[in-house]
Amino acid sequence: MEFVDYYKILGVDKSASTEAIKKAYRKLARQHHPDLNPNNKEAHKKFQELNEANEVLSDPETRKKYDKYGKDWKHGAEYEKAQQEQAQSGGRQRSQAFDNTEYGEDFSDFFKSMFGDAAGDGRGGSRTKYRGQDFNAELHLNLINAYTTHQQTLTVNGKNIRITIPAGIENGQTIKIAGHGGQGINGGPNGDLYITFFISHDTKFKREGANLFTNVDIDLYTAVLGGELTIDTLGGKVKLKVAPETQTGTKIKLKGKGFPVYKSEGQFGDLVITYSVKIPTNLTEKQKALFQELANLK
Amino acid sequence: MDARNLISTDEFCNNHLVEISFISSLQEYGLIEVITIKEATFIDESQLNRLEKFLRLYYDLEINIQGIEAITHLLNRVNSMQDEITVLKNKLGLYEDN
Repeated sequence: MEFVDYYKILGVDKSASTEAIKKAYRKLARQHHPDLNPNNKEAHKKFQELNEANEVLSDPETRKKYDKYGKDWKHGAEYEKAQQEQAQSGGRQRSQAFDNTEYGEDFSDFFKSMFGDAAGDGRGGSRTKYRGQDFNAELHLNLINAYTTHQQTLTVNGKNIRITIPAGIENGQTIKIAGHGGQGINGGPNGDLYITFFISHDTKFKREGANLFTNVDIDLYTAVLGGELTIDTLGGKVKLKVAPETQTGTKIKLKGKGFPVYKSEGQFGDLVITYSVKIPTNLTEKQKALFQELANLK
Repeated sequence: MDARNLISTDEFCNNHLVEISFISSLQEYGLIEVITIKEATFIDESQLNRLEKFLRLYYDLEINIQGIEAITHLLNRVNSMQDEITVLKNKLGLYEDN
């Protein structure tokens, strides 16, 4: 556990007045407030640091203790006891500090060691109902997982939650699981859980929405004369007829052989195949002669 | 409408120690929707998150209603741009080698 320099966090001098501290805090809090920086973990962390610094420096009593013993924080236990006694004697006004309910309740170990857990309770024992904190989580899937509707168990803040992931979920898509966020305070509703999906492309298919794209190599003879070939799709093998005189770059669309359409059961996008004609190599003398013969017929 | 999902604006204001005029102002600016049933006003539970956010902006950050409206507008734009970036990134994957 390291010493935390609250003055440095707020960018003020040790001799700064309470008014200057308040001003610095408000300026920085506006800059880093999580409501103004959604999904920005850095801003969230910075805001918690600011809240903690303000919690200590805006109160003359805690500031005095911090100034006197801050660097010698290991002797904080005696202050914890004193602080707990003080916390029982009454709460603070709403305007003194930001509400810790949603964003600021994670105080550093340094703070807890010096002032105790009870010092962080800015609500002073009021019975105000608050909605619980929203949680954000990330879930990594591969393309095959995202192809079928399936269930997964996630552990969020120590609780196991079983969720159904609908087929066709998009890379970067966020879904809301209502009521699975932080617990409501004093009977307030629970927050929500937001899960963002990251889908890795580990197959030969590329995806755009519900359409899949892939390249298929065909040999020169099939390309010239036409024929049949069997290809793998995510839904199984499919037999294809190759038209005679197929060129490299020719695209064909297999309707309904793409990716499932999100939350539309039984509906699938298309699979777009691009042919790539492979020129034979290591020709025998006879093959070369036959190609020469063809060339002479031009 | 299911009344269980509605929260009385009076109760909300009492709990959060705010003036009812705060809710009225947000409604006037089109930032939240207030439901009136038999002269009593309610907000839908689904708007609670939004309302509590406005509360923090107004009281904690001292941003006035006009500022909240501008911020909300800009955050909506940021969100839609982020969605667009995700779509474009996914599209870009089509042209990248595996």
